[in-house]
Amino acid sequence: MIAALANPHRFMAFSRWAAPALGALAAALILAGLAMGFAAPPDYQQGQTVRIMFIHVPAAWTAMMAYGALGAASFFHLVFRHSLADAAAKAAAPLGAAFTFMALVTGSLWGRPMWGTWWVWDARLTSVLVLFLLFLGYMALRASIDDEAKAARAAAILALVGLINLPIIKYSVDWWNTLHQGESIFRAGGPTLAAVYLIPLALAGAGYSAAFGALWLARTRAEVWRRRAASLALQAALA
Amino acid sequence: MSVLDAGKYAAFIWPAYGVTALGFAWMIIDSVARGRRWRREAERLDKARAP
Repeated sequence: MIAALANPHRFMAFSRWAAPALGALAAALILAGLAMGFAAPPDYQQGQTVRIMFIHVPAAWTAMMAYGALGAASFFHLVFRHSLADAAAKAAAPLGAAFTFMALVTGSLWGRPMWGTWWVWDARLTSVLVLFLLFLGYMALRASIDDEAKAARAAAILALVGLINLPIIKYSVDWWNTLHQGESIFRAGGPTLAAVYLIPLALAGAGYSAAFGALWLARTRAEVWRRRAASLALQAALA
Repeated sequence: MSVLDAGKYAAFIWPAYGVTALGFAWMIIDSVARGRRWRREAERLDKARAP
C-alpha cells in the first residue's frame, strides 16, 4: 500500500477520492459519538463535565497519532529520500499542533472544575505540552532554512528525536505520580470505563482518526501542488 | 431536562466544544484553501508553459 502510494501520480489519484470519503466518514462517526455522549447520563463523580471527555481524549489520541505519522514520514524521507514522504511529514505538523492545542485547552477546561486548577506541571500535562512545542519547533525549523532540502532533512531529524516523547506521554501516568488520572482505556485487563461512555468515546476517537486521515491527505495534496507550481515557476524563469 | 443542558458546568463544557469547533474549522478551511490555491497556480503555470 505504502509502496504503491509512493508514486505521486497514484497518490494524487487515490487521495482525490479518499480525502472526501474519509472526511464524510469522520463527520458521521464524530456526530454519532457526540450524540451518544450527550445522551449518556452524567457521571456520578464528574457530573456533566464528563461530556468534555468525548472531545478531549480523542484530540489527545489524534495528536499522538499525528506525531507518529510525522515520525514515520520523516523516517521514510531520511532513508529513501522520497519527496512525497517529506510532503506528508510537512503536512502532518500543523494538524498535529492543532489537535494537541485542542487537547491542552479542553483538558484545562475539564481540569478547572474537577481539579480546581487550570494547569499543573505534572508529567502527563507537561509531556503533552512538549509534544505541542515539538510540532511548533518542527514547523519553525523548516521555515527558518531557505534551502528546502536542508530544511526537510534537519526537520526530519528533529521529528525522529521527538518520537521519544510518545512513550513518555503514554506511560507518564504510570511512571510518575500525576494529578491526571491513570490509564483507563488501553490497559491490561481491559478498559475501566462503563460502556455507556466507552462506545461514544470509541466512535469519536475513530472519527477524529478519520478526520486526521482526510486532512492529512488534503494537505499532502496541497504540498504536492505547491511543489509542482514551484518547479514550473523555476522552469519558466530558466527558459 | 434537555440533553444539551450542561448545568452549572456549562461555562467549561461549551467553551471546550467551541475551541474544538474552531480547531476543526481552521484545519478544514486552511487545508482546502491551500489545495485550491496551489492547484490553480500549478495549472496556470502549466498553461503558460504550453506553446
